[in-house]
Amino acid sequence: MTGFGFTEEQVQRYARHIILPGIGGAGQKALLNAKVLCIGAGGLGSPIAMYLAAAGVGTVGILDFDRVDLSNLQRQIVHGTKDVGRPKVESAAETLRDINPGIEVVTYDTLLGSDNAFGILEPWDIVIDGTDNFPVRYLVNDATQILGKPLVYGSIYQFEGQATVFMPGQEAPCYRCLFPQPPPPGTVPSCAEGGVFGVLPGIVGCIQATEAIKLITGLGEPLIGKLLIFDALVMEFTTVKIRWDADCPVCGKEPTVTELIDYDMFCGIPSRTQEGDTA
Amino acid sequence: MRVVANGKPREVGPGATVEDLIRFVGLDPQYVIVEHNGEALERKRYGEARLTEGDRLELVRAVAGG
Repeated sequence: MTGFGFTEEQVQRYARHIILPGIGGAGQKALLNAKVLCIGAGGLGSPIAMYLAAAGVGTVGILDFDRVDLSNLQRQIVHGTKDVGRPKVESAAETLRDINPGIEVVTYDTLLGSDNAFGILEPWDIVIDGTDNFPVRYLVNDATQILGKPLVYGSIYQFEGQATVFMPGQEAPCYRCLFPQPPPPGTVPSCAEGGVFGVLPGIVGCIQATEAIKLITGLGEPLIGKLLIFDALVMEFTTVKIRWDADCPVCGKEPTVTELIDYDMFCGIPSRTQEGDTA
Repeated sequence: MRVVANGKPREVGPGATVEDLIRFVGLDPQYVIVEHNGEALERKRYGEARLTEGDRLELVRAVAGG
């Protein structure tokens, strides 16, 4: 491939993309120039980060504060049995570098909070939400809306998954247009309480990776203004229309959320310290 | 009167609203988004949007797992 400055190795590695109508050399070059941050290296983050690395997204970021636990391995395929006890970002980065040594992997071994979110998210072109709790979902939504960055959203519960793209500044909906406030503590069970079908995050995470690659390459139509719902039990995908809310607290006409909020203390999942206190 | 919510038939009383249906299936309207006959329904209209025979609804609740 002349004109795109690919190395011989890149021409071979990305051959099936380069010959694919709609991607081609230009699309592959766009992928190599792209910087995509995945929040969470768990069930959703595993396939997201692995497919982005394999696709040749030039800079892949992974953020997670947690360590690999044996109970993660039923679904978090970026980690292996040898990684139990290691920081998830370290284990994930090793897998990604093995899949594709030609990309840069950036790790953040930290919990995202109001104090560090803008600084961490600022350098990235696209942010992908692969977290497992409401506080960070609201934080990532608000930060990407305020920074004007596309957010590829996905979430799962038991046998059911959801995915969409929140695109700031186009009168397109954001997460708070759908759910203005996080649910009160105890009203929505977490994965730890409710269990999760192991392959489910694989399917939803692949959809998120697909949307990120489409945004980068301009391929097809992004999943904006539509929420994709997947039910593994009946094996059905349903698309529900979602709309921008002029009264949205973060992207509406008169925003009330102009700073980042840490919801940890009063949200769906008890914090670790709260669990410890009640034990 | 019969409507179809998330692919399943549901019997609702005459004059029932979308909000009534959401509560009937055990969900909180604050944490559910609704598509009513193929169109996104604003949350502030849940209490006034009346159901009619054969209506199709998708009720989607917030989930956070990952």
